[in-house]
Amino acid sequence: MADGDTQVPILDDPLQVPCIKPGAMEGLQPFLASPEHQEALGFPGELVPDWKEKALAKMAELAEKNRAFQVYLDICVKCGACTDKCHYFLGTADPKNMPVARQDLLRSVYRRYFTFAGKYFPWLVGARDLTEDVLKEWYSYYHQCSECRRCSVFCPYGIDTAEITMAARDILDAVGMGQKYSNEIIGKVHAVGNNLGLNPKALAATLEGLEEDIEDDTGVSVRLPIDEKGADILLVTPSADFFAEPHIEGLIGYAKVFHQAGVSWTLSSYASEAANFGLFIGNYENMRLVSQRIRKAAKDLGVKRIIFGECGHAWRVAYSFLNTLAGPWDFLDPNYPVPQHILEFTWNEIQKGTLKLDKSKNDHMTITFHDSCNVARGSRMGDMPGGQFEIPRNVIKAVCNNYVDMDRDTIYESTLCCGGGGGLLTDDLMDLRIKGASPRMAALREVTENDGVTHMAAICAICKTQFSKVMPKYGYDMDQIVSVHQLVSNAIILDGQETDDAES
Amino acid sequence: MSYQLNGQTIETDEEGYITNLSDWSPELAEVIAKEEGLEMNDERWEVVNFLRDYYDEYQIAPAVRVLIKALKKTMGPEKGNNKYMYELFPYGPAKQACKIAGLPKPTGCV
Repeated sequence: MADGDTQVPILDDPLQVPCIKPGAMEGLQPFLASPEHQEALGFPGELVPDWKEKALAKMAELAEKNRAFQVYLDICVKCGACTDKCHYFLGTADPKNMPVARQDLLRSVYRRYFTFAGKYFPWLVGARDLTEDVLKEWYSYYHQCSECRRCSVFCPYGIDTAEITMAARDILDAVGMGQKYSNEIIGKVHAVGNNLGLNPKALAATLEGLEEDIEDDTGVSVRLPIDEKGADILLVTPSADFFAEPHIEGLIGYAKVFHQAGVSWTLSSYASEAANFGLFIGNYENMRLVSQRIRKAAKDLGVKRIIFGECGHAWRVAYSFLNTLAGPWDFLDPNYPVPQHILEFTWNEIQKGTLKLDKSKNDHMTITFHDSCNVARGSRMGDMPGGQFEIPRNVIKAVCNNYVDMDRDTIYESTLCCGGGGGLLTDDLMDLRIKGASPRMAALREVTENDGVTHMAAICAICKTQFSKVMPKYGYDMDQIVSVHQLVSNAIILDGQETDDAES
Repeated sequence: MSYQLNGQTIETDEEGYITNLSDWSPELAEVIAKEEGLEMNDERWEVVNFLRDYYDEYQIAPAVRVLIKALKKTMGPEKGNNKYMYELFPYGPAKQACKIAGLPKPTGCV
């Protein structure tokens, strides 16, 4: 794994603008998807002979179908407000990682073939021909964008680079140049039901093991039900919650909250994935197929509500697009939001007083919170504006005594990406991931030094995995990233739980 | 990428995970470990053997938590913990140990 040579950028200030290094990340090419992975998603197996015509036809189709995409290509005035807003630019200093430069990689080709000036006077308007080198450049730099949308917050026109990245990846897939990491994973969701390829037997065994662990730990039998017909709530959570640390501690937290709230719930082995990488590759049909699994599971199990676990982009897809992709949801109980976030559920229970919480169980930590990009900028939570920022913090503060926010310019709607989002959480991009995390790591370093912060909490499976891999490069331990529901799990006292106090 | 063993070429994917799981043998595990800069010892074998047994039964690698819980029983709490697993396999017990055990790489947000 190629992270041994990475020069870890140590920034004095999280948003420090580097001296540009042209070409610093040139030629970075994540592994191409194999023909088998491509074809499973309905894409050509390899670069098609008439790639140029196909790519331009796809671009025309996207401009026609997605008005925002065309407007974004047309309206940029090169004001420069976005130039220093991308964590990959801050971490790599490659000027092509400035959002406007990233957009221009595609905009220049759009101008050449779809605008009057570009057709007749390309040299006047920065228009260029589509060549195989351009295609490779797209593949490289559109896989150096995590679609986090931080730049769009600062653009006076609201141009969303993520939309352009998604369109570029959709074009690349259409000509046979897909990315291995994302496309192999989407294929597993279509075939098995989750990103991991975790089959029902293995999933059931994992859940049973967790039930044993909780009982060993608390003396209380807490269930993690799977495929239980007639349950009220279907929990859809990222499959990393069944596999990775600290994700799995969060899953234990959800189970304890449901148990204590006295609701009936179930997981589904058919829809055992909240993540929807169809968003990352900008492909509507794949995004729709992944979402349809949730609809089928909800119908087959006869549930009344759907709740999503801690997953960033899953929540964006769920909150913003689920009705279009897999609705209508008229068979669910209209008294509850469709869908609901696990944090909304937990926060409601805390407010109702159904959870007995001992905050001192988290006293060995001082916590800060990393807002996940897709939750912060692509959705909302609860019934008030800004709920996606306040509800996670409210829950953390209800279960922890020590909480500190990071620099205001790096959280809330201005939050920095973890460096591994948008389909980049793969070992072949480790160098980029380490560099892209540097602004967040600098912000964390500030609160560690000034306020004694020991742990950072997150509500996204990608953020958690990314930080557990890159934090050691910045002098932290991998277990200093925690799940929000891990903190809830630590603090919650279940009815009948054996506590230290009771034993003494 | 590929491995050489007894004059035979064993095919792998771009990252060194073997393509045909049936190509695996204990000798090959030693070769893969060497490529990773590791020497196989009793503890590493214990992990690799557990992963292979689990894969036989479930057709997927276990969660790190499941691995550690099992090793705690056989190796004791000093060695059956996350920190020690990363000492044995610096690139992670799931990914690096799976590679040596001849199993597919875990995919997803992990």
